[in-house]
Amino acid sequence: MNGFLGIDVGSVSTNLVVLDESGAVRESLYLRTQGQPIKAIKTSLNMAVERLPGLKVLGVGTTGSARHLASVIVGADSVKNEITAHAVAASSMVPGVRTVIEIGGQDSKLIILRDGVVTDFAMNTVCAAGTGSFLDQQAARLGIPIEQFGEMARRATLAVRIAGRCAVFAESDMIHKQQMGYSLEDIGAGLCEALVRNFLNNLGKGKEILSPVVFQGGVAANVGMRDAFNKALATEIIVPEYFGVMGAVGAAILAREYAARTGRTMFRGFSTLDVDFSSKSIECRGCPNQCEVISIQRGSQVLARWGDRCGKWSGVNGILKNEELAEA
Amino acid sequence: MKVTFPHMGNLHIVAKALLEYLDVPVVVPPPISKRTLALGLSHSPEFACIPLKINMGNFVEAAELGADTIVMAGGVGPCRFGYYAQVEREILKDLGYNYQMIVVEPPDTHWSEVKEKIKLISQGKPWWQITGAIKFAWLKARAIDIVEQKVQKIRARELVKGNADTVYRQALENIDMARDKQGVLKARDKALANLDDIPIDKDKTVLKVAVIGEIYTILEPYVNQNIEMHLGRLGVEVSRSIYLSEWINDHLFMKIIPIRSTKDYIKMAPPYLGHFVGGHGQETVGSAVKYSRTGFDGAIQLAPLTCMPEIVAQSILPVVSKKENFPIMTIYFDEQTGEAGMLTRLEAFIDLLERRVDLKRSKDNEWIFGN
Repeated sequence: MNGFLGIDVGSVSTNLVVLDESGAVRESLYLRTQGQPIKAIKTSLNMAVERLPGLKVLGVGTTGSARHLASVIVGADSVKNEITAHAVAASSMVPGVRTVIEIGGQDSKLIILRDGVVTDFAMNTVCAAGTGSFLDQQAARLGIPIEQFGEMARRATLAVRIAGRCAVFAESDMIHKQQMGYSLEDIGAGLCEALVRNFLNNLGKGKEILSPVVFQGGVAANVGMRDAFNKALATEIIVPEYFGVMGAVGAAILAREYAARTGRTMFRGFSTLDVDFSSKSIECRGCPNQCEVISIQRGSQVLARWGDRCGKWSGVNGILKNEELAEA
Repeated sequence: MKVTFPHMGNLHIVAKALLEYLDVPVVVPPPISKRTLALGLSHSPEFACIPLKINMGNFVEAAELGADTIVMAGGVGPCRFGYYAQVEREILKDLGYNYQMIVVEPPDTHWSEVKEKIKLISQGKPWWQITGAIKFAWLKARAIDIVEQKVQKIRARELVKGNADTVYRQALENIDMARDKQGVLKARDKALANLDDIPIDKDKTVLKVAVIGEIYTILEPYVNQNIEMHLGRLGVEVSRSIYLSEWINDHLFMKIIPIRSTKDYIKMAPPYLGHFVGGHGQETVGSAVKYSRTGFDGAIQLAPLTCMPEIVAQSILPVVSKKENFPIMTIYFDEQTGEAGMLTRLEAFIDLLERRVDLKRSKDNEWIFGN
């Protein structure tokens, strides 16, 4: 079959989606990045071709914090930030959506759309209190598998009040309430409400949250969080079918749009997978900034460099040879 | 006496020109680096904003080069910055540095005190020499800003990314080296000519984005992670709400030179914000209004994390954004050095602006062609 690949390489997970020519999702993969994005990208491509033998790729889009790295490795046609990718996916899956709540591993986003166009957005800044990693950590501390956390919260009789402003405050508050004897269910529900409060106070500042509201990202799997958003916003919360891989869906849609305009792809092909990619980092000593410059290599060929402030390494006119890099 | 001062963008070139004209030995702190940040962090209260931490790093590094006197700005009003010189002096004393700290309060409110301080720094130089020094420093400040404003335009349009920055870096060096008025003007004109020689895409439609907010954050590229350069590389023309020369004209020369003034922002801030809230909070709100009415596509507010005046401004900006139909995004900066988060936000913001411009264009076409 002919298809479009969307690859979302985030801090916690690497997701890959295959769209067919009509734009329907044919395959979606979710795997942990585990700090090795290149390996995760290769593995996900391998899995895709195993599941869809004979897949002919007409276009590739990348997103996520490692989107540039991913684009260099696979040869992407479109490289887009997560906010645009998530917005594109949500408005394609839920036409008319006006609010997108996205909570992933390390960050959370609030995207406001009007007439299918992003008009405003916010991302959590310096704090990870409302994100998946914190939920993960707390579930682990309580000895509850994260998959069951939401169901457990749903059995609460009373959501106890937990400080949601800061993950450290939340944790000490939870421990304190535990020691007082509140049930795990009540504490779990309280935590969900605290995180939702944190999200809305942090990202929702001054923004008009109108329905339809779409909730996506890995945390949308948590029914406790869905309930808490539902309660706080007093509106129906829509969780799309592919909520966990919406970034990749958006990247694939953008690749499809790109291919429709140009009729060609930069995709390097699945044979790329056999080639060794490596990254090499070095501290540039050209000035006191001492930038950590990274070069991505395919065999001995340098594909890209970044990490510098001045543009000496990453600039189009600054592709220096490895020997020069070593001397810098 | 060996005088040093904190870094803030290109301030060091201007301050050095001033002091050297007065024959005062100067120690410019080494450019802000990871080391500066690390030194600053280890000697600062955790809850202070990033300017104090970088200042501390600058002072420690300047002391290593033999500086024994600090000229530091004071401040009035609710912003904590007015207290920083005092805090820094105490910390340096505790660390065992033998620094003399000369705190210069804002000249427009404390002129007689400033006069005393100038006498002290210049070691009693005659007023004609002091006036000459101020003029010379101003000349450099203005030359830098004129070159930079052109760089901000070229960056967005240059065919090979990075050319404008190369010229800019060289221009800063030349202006810094210039010993007299002719030298400064020559360096300025050479830079402008070199910028004109850079091949650009003349027909490119570029987005115009204003960088507004707290003065230190918007002027110091180390702290704002070079946001203007990144915007330029994304094809955006940038204007900043405050340029150093404008600040000098507003606060030291009482606006006698007819250039853009940050005081205009104060006039434009009402009805959104009718009074002073400390720092540049009111200017931030007013500048958003001004840029929205002068053909800009959006604005990005920059501030150090926990900055009270900018938090006040931030809470008012959504109203400005809605009423003036003008997208505004806020980014806080602290000690983090990873740029990925900022780049994601910039790209998303630019996508948003582009879509708006496209929509507006198609609506205009509808009107023209009657579809």
